[in-house]
Amino acid sequence: MAAPTMDRSTAAAPASPVQTLTISKALNMGLRAAMEADPKVIMMGEDIGKLGGVFRITDGLQKDFGEQRVLDTPLAESGIIGTAVGLAIRGYRPVCEIQFDGFIFPGFDQIVSQVAKLHYRTQGKIKLPIVIRVPFGGGIGAVEHHSESPESYFAHTAGLKVVSCSNPADAYWMIQQAIDSDDPVLFFEPKRRYYEKGEVDTTAQPGKLFESRVLRQGTDATLVAYGPMVRTSLDAANAAAEDGTSLEVIDLRTLSPLDLAPVYDSVRRTGRLIVVSEAPSESSISSEIAAKVQQECFYSLQAPVLRVTGFDTPYPPSKLEEEFLPDLDRVLHAVDRSLAW
Amino acid sequence: MSSPEQWTHPEPDAAPAATAAKPTAEQVIAGLRATDEGGADLVQLLTPEGERVQHPDFDIDITPEELRGLYRDMVLIRRVDREANALQRKGQLGIWVPLLGQEAAQIGAGRAMRQTDMAFPSYREHGIAWTRGINPTELLGIFRGTDQGTWDPVEKRFHPYTIVIGNQVLNAAGYAMGQKFDGKVGDDEGEATMCFFGDGATSQGDVHEGFVWAAVYDAPLVFFCQNNQWAISEPTERQSRLPLYQRARGYGFPGIRVDGNDVLATLAVTKWALDECRHGNGPILIEAFTYRMDAHTTSDDPTRYRLSDELEMWKLKDPIERVKVYLVRQQWADHEFFEGVEADADKLGEELREFCTNMPDPPAERIFSNVYAEGSPALDAQRDEFLDYVSGFAGGEH
Repeated sequence: MAAPTMDRSTAAAPASPVQTLTISKALNMGLRAAMEADPKVIMMGEDIGKLGGVFRITDGLQKDFGEQRVLDTPLAESGIIGTAVGLAIRGYRPVCEIQFDGFIFPGFDQIVSQVAKLHYRTQGKIKLPIVIRVPFGGGIGAVEHHSESPESYFAHTAGLKVVSCSNPADAYWMIQQAIDSDDPVLFFEPKRRYYEKGEVDTTAQPGKLFESRVLRQGTDATLVAYGPMVRTSLDAANAAAEDGTSLEVIDLRTLSPLDLAPVYDSVRRTGRLIVVSEAPSESSISSEIAAKVQQECFYSLQAPVLRVTGFDTPYPPSKLEEEFLPDLDRVLHAVDRSLAW
Repeated sequence: MSSPEQWTHPEPDAAPAATAAKPTAEQVIAGLRATDEGGADLVQLLTPEGERVQHPDFDIDITPEELRGLYRDMVLIRRVDREANALQRKGQLGIWVPLLGQEAAQIGAGRAMRQTDMAFPSYREHGIAWTRGINPTELLGIFRGTDQGTWDPVEKRFHPYTIVIGNQVLNAAGYAMGQKFDGKVGDDEGEATMCFFGDGATSQGDVHEGFVWAAVYDAPLVFFCQNNQWAISEPTERQSRLPLYQRARGYGFPGIRVDGNDVLATLAVTKWALDECRHGNGPILIEAFTYRMDAHTTSDDPTRYRLSDELEMWKLKDPIERVKVYLVRQQWADHEFFEGVEADADKLGEELREFCTNMPDPPAERIFSNVYAEGSPALDAQRDEFLDYVSGFAGGEH
């Protein structure tokens, strides 16, 4: 990518380039950097201007970049995506905010029928560098349609790329890299982790966008997760370590394309894989990983690939979400089952 | 125009119908017949009988040469349409989407555009494609199944055919917003966008959202709705209680109903609308009141849902005949001219047949190509595995 230059990041002038930021603030700074780097980058969404978005991810951007680059749009998701297509054809790089995961479906038609297919239909004559940001997942005690994990719909659709960040440093860099991609990218943000903090080095050379990453090395079993479940998996690995079990944790980061080479390497060493995801398991990212790992690592597996996921139900009333969502105990339970196989 | 009593279905005529072909409102709503009455607001400059008439708001200065050009366009694109229809019947195309009867609406609208304007078609816009300089042979692959449109949409300023009903209206609204953001709107040098859709599409949410977006962003966008009376089997009355052009008022921009079988009126109204847009007074809705004289597609059977005398009624309003009558009456064209146009049409038809029957099937690699702008090693591997599999058959044939 055209990485933001030293000049620009030092212009904001923290004494040290390493800052402790929330995911929320890191995304905000990443968006700002992308807008500074390219005047064709524009933001579109409901309440993202004056209000700064319901999660404040675009806070201050309209004030600094103007109403023509940070658009408070009419309240219509198909409109947001459908007009982003036209703007992209015109040469813009729209970054669309879908206010909540469960509100993406009015825009689904435009995403699947136009965003995903125009490059293919025209055999490359039209490129659609559109980013669709989606705060996703549960755990915030919300009403219906505010806690969903719809990423598999998009990973299933050829022509789209799908990523999810799990920490502030990735949030800062991945959003810029997604904006820089010439392909449309669905960018899933772990909304319940928005206010978790971590160190961000705004001058570091970031890794590639479409790569998975081993976050913790281990020898007994492998945990694969993405988005909000990365934190859960790291916590589980810490707890397991106290009992003498060594878990490797891989942050998938990219859901389409999948980058499973680090997972294969890991499974060939540990022989055991547990996939952790909030999404229901049926026909999902976790199914896909299980299928590919059994194909590539068949003789290395000491146990079947296990999945710890949301149940195959609609998202329940929020008083039940603690039961619905995978947590540290359910992950460790699956680890025990795998080790005992 | 705005009184509430007009927002209900029209009462059937108290007087006996003028002809057996005149449908009653009940028949129209029952889906038996479409109306041929454009109503008092219909903008018309050339009657079906070839009489030049005046309109208080719209007029056009047209030279004999320009009118001969429009006539030629319409004859040629009708020939393209008929040849392609025949090619489908011969098994050379999988399907064809006829434009028969809509030549004036499309040539009038298309010839109103400047090179710098942008067009977003649905899938019946063969006449618009013609005016954007797309060789009609480039339309064939879409319906033969060899490609999904081969022209360069940016160079031609003609978006790919859009098959999902109404999607392109939002895409056009976004493009027009971009024209505005780029500072290309505000004077006579400005740019404008036009999007095309049918009466059926007006029920789609995307068209409604397109109206909303274009309105609140003052986008330089002409919504060009060809009301051809039928959305496959459903009459326009199944989509709307209100004449479609009147919907614009609810969104806060002008709506004009033009005789879509009158190339002069369509050209005049569309030129005006595009100019309004390029000066910053968009958006504008045009309802071109016309008729789909053939089936929805070659797979459709209109005899199941409409009566043949309706077609006879509309044949009297043919978009090409009235121009021919006017050209002859004005002595703007002679026998030699009409013969020449026919000869051009014959030649074009021959080219289409020749081209179509010689179109090669695309190679298997095409399945995998250009899914992503940045490529995909996973798809490359899938392609290589498949091609390897295919090459395992004798002679590499599959």
